[in-house]
Amino acid sequence: MVRVDGNGNSSLICVRGLDKKYQRGSEEIHVLQGLNLDVEKGEFVAFMGPSGSGKTTLLNLLGGVDVPTRGRITVAGDEITHMSGSKLTNWRARHVGFVFQVFNLIPVLTAYQNVELPLLLTKLSKAERRKHVGTALAVVDLSDRVDHYPRQLSGGQEQRVAIARAIVSDPTFLLCDEPTGDLDRKSADQIMTLIERLVEEYGKTVLMVTHDPLVAKRAHTTLHLEKGALVEAATKEVGAS
Amino acid sequence: MAIPVIYNMRSVKARWTSAVVAVLGIAGTVGVFVAMLSLARGFKATLVHSGSARNAMVRRAGSTSEMDSVIQLDQEKILEDAPGVARTAEGPLVSPEVVVIAPFPMRSTGTDANVQIRGVSTKAPQVHENVKIIAGRFFQPGVSELVVGKNAVHSYSGLDLGNTVRFGGGQWKIVGVFDAGGTAFDSEVWCDSNILSQVYSRPASIFSSLAVRLNSPDAMSAFKDALTSDPRLTLQAEREVDYYDKQSRVLTTLITVLGSIVAAVMGIGAVFGALNTMYSAVAERSREIATIRALGFGAASVVSSFVLEALLISSVGGALGCVAVLPLNGFTTGAMNWQTFSHLAFAFRVTPILLAGGIVFALVMGLVGGLPPAIRAARRPVADALRAL
Ligand SMILES: Nc1ncnc2c1ncn2[C@@H]1O[C@H](COP(=O)(O)OP(=O)(O)OP(=O)(O)O)[C@@H](O)[C@H]1O
Ligand SMILES: [Mg+2]
Repeated sequence: MVRVDGNGNSSLICVRGLDKKYQRGSEEIHVLQGLNLDVEKGEFVAFMGPSGSGKTTLLNLLGGVDVPTRGRITVAGDEITHMSGSKLTNWRARHVGFVFQVFNLIPVLTAYQNVELPLLLTKLSKAERRKHVGTALAVVDLSDRVDHYPRQLSGGQEQRVAIARAIVSDPTFLLCDEPTGDLDRKSADQIMTLIERLVEEYGKTVLMVTHDPLVAKRAHTTLHLEKGALVEAATKEVGAS
Repeated sequence: MAIPVIYNMRSVKARWTSAVVAVLGIAGTVGVFVAMLSLARGFKATLVHSGSARNAMVRRAGSTSEMDSVIQLDQEKILEDAPGVARTAEGPLVSPEVVVIAPFPMRSTGTDANVQIRGVSTKAPQVHENVKIIAGRFFQPGVSELVVGKNAVHSYSGLDLGNTVRFGGGQWKIVGVFDAGGTAFDSEVWCDSNILSQVYSRPASIFSSLAVRLNSPDAMSAFKDALTSDPRLTLQAEREVDYYDKQSRVLTTLITVLGSIVAAVMGIGAVFGALNTMYSAVAERSREIATIRALGFGAASVVSSFVLEALLISSVGGALGCVAVLPLNGFTTGAMNWQTFSHLAFAFRVTPILLAGGIVFALVMGLVGGLPPAIRAARRPVADALRAL
C-alpha cells in the first residue's frame, strides 16, 4: 500500500509533515509543505508534477543527501531526519541506490569499477566484490562490457551500468530521478523493463520521478506533487507475488 | 575503504594539461632548492676534506685564519719536539707554510681572481697525504718553481705546465701539477716557502701556519696540551678538519639561507600553482564528487582522495626537479672563500639525502596546495552539486 494521507503504519518508508524551504536572495520558496507518504516494501511508485514542483527535492530528502526544514522521514524504523552528517553518509551507503537522469558514471572508471564503488564501503573481500559486480552487471545484461569506459557505451547502456551500481550493494530502496529523461524511446523502454524486473523478480522498492506518462504507467502507483504535497493519481492492480 | 587511487591517477592523466602548471612549478622550486643545497654541500665537503683528522693546524693564538697568523721560526723549533708529532728518518713531520694571495685571470670570465699561493717545505707532500703529483714533478727547494693544483690549472689562464708566470715581483716556472683529491688545495699554487718569503720581502724566519702530522688522531689532545702549557709558545692548535669546517661556514650558511629564501618564494608560487590546479579539478569534478558522496563515501574520503591527488602531482613535480638537477652532480664551479679571500673551485654534490629532502619539500607543497581545494570539495552540499549542470 502507498498512502499520502499520513495515516499509514508498518511502512518501510514513512514521511510525516515534510517541509522544505529554499532561500533565494530575499525570496523564500516553500517547495514541500507538510508532505506525507507511506511506502511498503516492494512498491513501485512514480512521482509526477510540473517542473519546479519539488520532485527532485523530495527524492534528495528521501535519499539523505539533503535535509528538510521540518518534518520527519523514517526508513525501516530509522529516523534519518536527525542523523548527523557522517551517520547519514553511512546510512546512504547501506540503504539507498541512486539512479540519475544523466547517469553520473565516473568517466575515468570502467563499468566494472563504477559498479564496484559502493562495495568498497562494505567489508566484502575482493573476490566477493567481483562476484557481486558480476551478478549486478549480468542482471542489467552488460556482462560483455565490463572493461568499457562510460564514453564507450550508449546512453541506454550507461544507464544500465548506473542501475547495476545502484543495486550492487542490495540497498533498501532505489531512487530514480527521471531515469529515462535523457534516453530515446527504445532505450527508455529497455530501462523501464529492467526496473520492472527489479521490482517483480527481485522484490526491490523503487521510487521514481518521471515526466513521461508512458513511463509512469509502468509503476504500481503514480503520485502527483501539487502545491508541495502528494496526491494519488492512479493505482494499478498488482498480481499476487 | 577509501576512494580508489586509480580514480585520481586516471583523472590527473585525463586532465594532464591542467596538472602541468603545478608539476612545473613544483619541479622548478625543488630543482632550485636541491641545486642550492648541493652547492653548499659541495663547498663544505671540498673544504672539510682538505683537512686530515691526523693533522694539526697551528697558528698564532687569536688568529682567525692562516692569512692573519704569524709564527716565528724559534717557536716552530720548540714545537717539533712536542709529544704526538710524527717523525720519519728525516725528522719531524712539520711543514712550516707561508700563505699569500696573488691575482690571476679566470679562464671563464677573464677577470682576475685571488689565488692562494702556499709556500711549503719539501715535507709538505708527506704531511698533506692527499696531495699527489699527477704531471711533471715537485718543485726543487731554493728555486723559483711552482706546482699547481689541478683546479687552478683549469680555472686560471696561464697556469699550464711548463709556463713561466710573474707575480709578487718574481718570475716562476711551473714544473708540476698536483691532485689533492678535490679539496681546497686543488685551487692553490705551491712553491718553496723560503723563495716566497724572499720575493714578498718577508723575513725567512716567519711563517703563516704550521701543518703538523700527528702519530694518530688521538694524539691531538696531548699535542694541544703541550702547546698551550708551554709559556714560550703563543700558539693555538686545532684539527685541520675543524679549521676547514669553520672556513666553510660563512659561505655555506649564506648559500643555505639564500637558497631557502629563494626556495620559499618560489615555493609560494608553486603552492599557488597547485592550488589553482586542484581548485579547477574540484570545480570540474563537482558532479563526480557529489555522486561519490551520494553513494555513501564520507567527507573524509573525499578530502583524502583529493589530497592524495595533489601529493601525486607534487611528487611527479618533485621527481622531475630532482632528475633535472642530477646532472649538476660533480659539476665544478668556483666561489670566494670569505675567510681567506681566495677563490676556491668546488663541485656540486647532489646527495641522496638532498634528493629525499627535495621530494619531501615537493610533498609539503602538494599538501599545502591540495588541502584547501580538497576541503572545499568535501564541503559542497551534495544536493546542490547534483543539481548543477
Ligand atoms: N538549492 C536551491 N536553492 C534555491 N532554490 C532551489 C534550490 N534547489 C531547488 N530549488 C527550487 O526548488 C524548486 C523545486 O525544485 P526541484 O528541482 O525539486 O523541482 P523538480 O520538480 O525536480 O523540477 P524538474 O521537473 O524541472 O526537475 C524549484 O523552484 C527550484 O528552483
Ligand atoms: Mg528534478
